[in-house]
Order: sequence, then C-alpha cells, then structure tokens
Amino acid sequence: MAFNYDKFLRVNKMPTLWCWGCGDGVILKATIRAIEKMGWDMNTEVCVVSGIGCSGRFSSYIDCNTVHTTHGRTIAYATGIKLANPKINVIVVAGDGDGLAIGGNHTIHGCRRNINLNFILINNFIYGLTNSQISPTTPQGMWCVSAQNGNIDPTFNVANLAIGAGASFVARESMIDPKKLEKVLVKGFEHKGFSFIEVLSNCHINLGRKNKMANAMENLNWIDSITVPKKKWDELPPEEQMNKLATGVLREVEQPEYTDMYEEVIKAAQGKRGKITQDDFAKKI
Amino acid sequence: MAREEISTGNELCSMAAIDAGARFFSGYPITPSSEVMHVASDLLPEVGGKFIQMEDEIAGICAALGASMTGVKSYTATSGPGISLKAEQIGLGFIAEIPLVIVNVMRGGPSTGLPTRVSQADIGQAQYPTHGDFASITLCAGSLTECYTQTVRAFNLAEKYMTPVFILLDETIGHMHGKALIPDLAEVEASIVNRATFDGAPADYKPYDVPMNKPAVLNPMFKGYKYHITGLHHGHEGFPTEDAVQCEFNIERLVGKINTVAKENDGLDDLPDYEEYLLDDAEVCIIAYGSIGLGAYEAVNKLREQGIKAGMFRPILLWPSPAKRIAEIGAKFKDKIFITELNMGQYSKEIERIIKRDDFTTLLKANGRPIAPSEMVAKVKEMM
Repeated sequence: MAFNYDKFLRVNKMPTLWCWGCGDGVILKATIRAIEKMGWDMNTEVCVVSGIGCSGRFSSYIDCNTVHTTHGRTIAYATGIKLANPKINVIVVAGDGDGLAIGGNHTIHGCRRNINLNFILINNFIYGLTNSQISPTTPQGMWCVSAQNGNIDPTFNVANLAIGAGASFVARESMIDPKKLEKVLVKGFEHKGFSFIEVLSNCHINLGRKNKMANAMENLNWIDSITVPKKKWDELPPEEQMNKLATGVLREVEQPEYTDMYEEVIKAAQGKRGKITQDDFAKKI
Repeated sequence: MAREEISTGNELCSMAAIDAGARFFSGYPITPSSEVMHVASDLLPEVGGKFIQMEDEIAGICAALGASMTGVKSYTATSGPGISLKAEQIGLGFIAEIPLVIVNVMRGGPSTGLPTRVSQADIGQAQYPTHGDFASITLCAGSLTECYTQTVRAFNLAEKYMTPVFILLDETIGHMHGKALIPDLAEVEASIVNRATFDGAPADYKPYDVPMNKPAVLNPMFKGYKYHITGLHHGHEGFPTEDAVQCEFNIERLVGKINTVAKENDGLDDLPDYEEYLLDDAEVCIIAYGSIGLGAYEAVNKLREQGIKAGMFRPILLWPSPAKRIAEIGAKFKDKIFITELNMGQYSKEIERIIKRDDFTTLLKANGRPIAPSEMVAKVKEMM
C-alpha cells in the first residue's frame, strides 16, 4: 500500500516553494516517514521548528504545531519549547548558512547541553534562497555571487564540530538514498539526547549552475562522489579522508539528557533530594 | 492587605514574575540586571518552573519566546546592550504576537558605556527596540514596591495584548535594598490575566483572524490546535502572505491594538499610568520617573519649605505615554514645567511632542550619576 503522506502534510500548501529537483522535498518525505515510524501523535506530541533559508519553509508544510523562527536561532527557540515541554518531540530544521554561520553558536551549545532535540541540518553547501552566496560549507575554489573570483574561505567538517561540542548522536547521510536517510532519522529520533543529523542535499540552481553541475543529477553525482560510508572512510589514507565525508552514524553514546537533569534540579529545589553535586556526574570536568 | 519584603528591586522583580504566573526564564548574565536571573534560578524550580542560562543574549530571549509560544508565561532580563542584541527577536514577538516580559535594568550607554552606573537612556530603545512598525508597551518602576507591582502588571498586559512588554528599572532602583510593601499573594493571584483561547473545533481555529485593534488568539500548543507561527507577514491561519491588503491590515492592527486602544480608553488597564504628588495647588510641575522620581519627592518638599509650591508628575506607563494628562499639565503649567531625567532628553521630547511647545526647563544628566534633590531645587528656583 502506498504511504499516505497527506496525513502529515498541510496539503493546501502544496506544491512547495522549493525549486524543481530540490533535495529538500526528499528530506521532507523521509522526515514524515520517520515520524510515522515513531508513531507520534501529530496533534499533541510533535513540534517542528525552522529558521530562515530554503529549509525555513520546512515547518510550514508539516501538519502539527510549527514555528518558523528568525535566521540562525532555531535551536535557541527549540530549547525553550523543549525545556518547557519535555514530553514533546521537537524536530529542528536548519540549513548550512542558518545553522553553521549565523546560528553556529546555538548549534555548539545545543550539542553541549545534550538537550533532546532532533536537529536536521540540511547541508546544500550554499545560500540558496538568497541566490548563491558562500556558506561555511561551500568548497574552496567554487564560484558564488559573493566570491566572484572564486571562493577562498575554508570549510569545516560539520559533524566533527557536533562531536567536539558533545552531541550524543551524530550522523550524516545524503538525500540520494531516502530509505537510508529515513533509517538514520528514526535512529536520531529514538535517541535520547541531542541528535545532530547532517543531510547532504543538492542546489543545482544556485551552487551547481556556475560550478559544472547545472542539473540535479550532476549535483547529486558530485555529492555521491564525495561521500563514503563510515567503515570505508576509516580505512582511507589521510590524504583521501580529507576529500571525503563519512556517512552513517558517526557517534552514538548515552549521556545525561538536559531535561532529565533539570527534573533533578526541580527535585533539589523542592527538597525531594539533596543539592546537585559533582558526585551526580560521571564526567567531572 | 500587604506584605513586607526586605529585598532589592531586581529581586522583587523576579519574585513578582513568579507570583504573576511566570514559569520560564531564560537569559544571559549582564550588569546590572543579573540578580533578576539569580532569583529566577533559585525560585522557579521550587514551583516546577524552568530556568536556563543561555549561551548569549540572543538565545536568552529566543528560548523565552519559544516557551511562551507553547503557552507558558515567560520572561527574560537584561540591560541596554542585551536589548540591542535581542532586537530582532523582539520583532518576532511583536509580529507573531507572543507575550513576553522583558526586564531592562538600565545602565549607561551607548555600547558598553557605564556598566555599573545608573542611566535612563534606554527609554527610547524601549519605544522602538527593533525594525519595522509596531507599538511598544513600556512600564517604568519608580520604587521598590513598583518593581514588584509593575512586573505583575507587565505580565498581565503581555497576556491581554499578546505582545512583548518592557519593564524598565534603572540601576539605582534595581540595586536599591530596603523594605517594600507588596500586595498579598491572594491579591496578586486574583489580578492575573491569562491569554484568551479559542475553544471551538480545531478545524475552525484561525489564530490571527481577529478584528482591527484586537490581539491574536494563540492557543497553547500540543492540545489539538495545530497552527503555524512565523516572523513573516501572515494571514488568518498564520501562514506567510504578501497580500497587500492583509499586510496593511496586520500593521495597522499591531499598532492600533496598543496605541489606538490606549488613546480610546485613556490607558491599557485600570491601574494608574502615572503618579501625581502635591500637584493640585502647585505652581511648578516637576516631571521625573524611575529612581529620579524618588529624588523629586524630596525636591518638591524642600521647595515647598522654601515657599515655592512645587508638585510632581511621575509617569509609570512610559509607552504609550499618558498623553491626555500630559496635555492637561502642559495647558495648566505653561512654562512652569521642569523635566529631569538621566539621558539627553528622551522623555522631554515626548512632552514636547504632546504639548507642542518647548518652553519647559530641563535638568539632564548622562554621566552615570544620579540627580540630587538639591540640584533640582536650585534649577527650579532659577526658573521661578
């Protein structure tokens, strides 16, 4: 039986505003399938938060309580929503400009707090909505409207940042294989703690057009050429690792979750337990 | 009935917030407001509320707005530089109509300015804290008691008008330590205003489908009423629109729900928007607010001892200003109006706008020091 997306979509908002062939639609569908797998009640258990950029429209298409926030601040808004409502499953969607440039600070600290947010970072290597300015993940040497002589700004490994900042679940997939993506999203949703899920996507319109990938397939082939499953990536020599992004689950550990820890704060304040001390934590520094 | 509390302005402000029903605080440390946060960290979890210190000023207001969107009364506290950083999010609060109480304990500016010293130079910032058109509600506490009572009022106004509301303290009031008479908890609880909700069928719910000059009706989230909140211009259901008629209506309603309503009803609620001290038989009117108002009481008394019948007008609701009464004062006192404030004349300009004259006398200070009653007395004697 065909999957019924309409149950989860604001059907009257279709078609989406995304360009023809954009990966965001694939990611939206994979997200919906993952929500369905989780069995969450769209009326009472889910909140979708997005920011500014193409990914910002994500929230308006999913039929639940949704919030379209300001540029870069998704995780900060979502932290308030989650801490005030710990039982709600909060999905946060941001792009590479939104989540890594203007919102980089909140990304770092969301990871550090290990608050149970499901953060989907759609990395299309470009500012698409504003017509092709360089983002923190735009490869060096590519042409963009804000790098008219070629981009010299170095990129960074986004997933490594999330691991360094303490996210307890970190994964990377591309939207080329939606089934794989759906599986990793379910894993992230199931995980208790900050789930950082980087999803590589295409923007053949604003990245590809001037960088020899003017149609979606060419852009997707490039993404395919720069990704390799984590197991294989581990075996690559360092000079090859530098130019490949490992996919799959990159980190999955159990760490105290923020809203759980806050319940202990409430107990301590209400005299139901002693004050919180270093003895409460395995990690001391 | 009243209770006695021996405390500081900042601490009374946070106590009032929790008594008014706030169950969420997020913010970032900044002098001279940090004690508001300290008390929130202590008292909120006692009542099952949530407190979080965020990574920066911007996140400090984002999390509070996020919590409030879901239906939880929330507040944040900061000083001028923090308001500058929060500016864009305050705009989201205005356009999406999210209630929030923003405490600003004013220090000297601009920029880092005079972090530990008193100022009242953020009242203009409170009127226009962000880009675009909107109307701000701003209260200014003039005593320890008012740090409590006006904070309670700020929450009630935020819920009634579905908007961010500023409560301004200045460094002197915020750090003043003394005895305050505050209303009993039962009295506070009886005064609490909660945001209106829609209880019809979820399919019929349109949060922004409200008449001109009325606030949006935002139901608590996760109770079956699914809707969209955005900082973009939006239609009745909350979804983005660029429709010219709708956008014009939105802005006229955002401004009108506060400014037009205040004008038509001579205020936003039943509480006093100003205090007058010995003004009835006065020949000169001193206008002062915040901690400077405290000095002005003494100046009035001293002037009267010296045979000059002085009185004071002290605005509490700064924005929208009590324009009707100010116009009456302008007509009655003519050029015998004396305005004193800790900035280069931000409120004086509002007086000038209302009375359409500039023949008043001012005593302005912007060096981080308070204005002594003796300075006021000397200046008033000069003008008489």
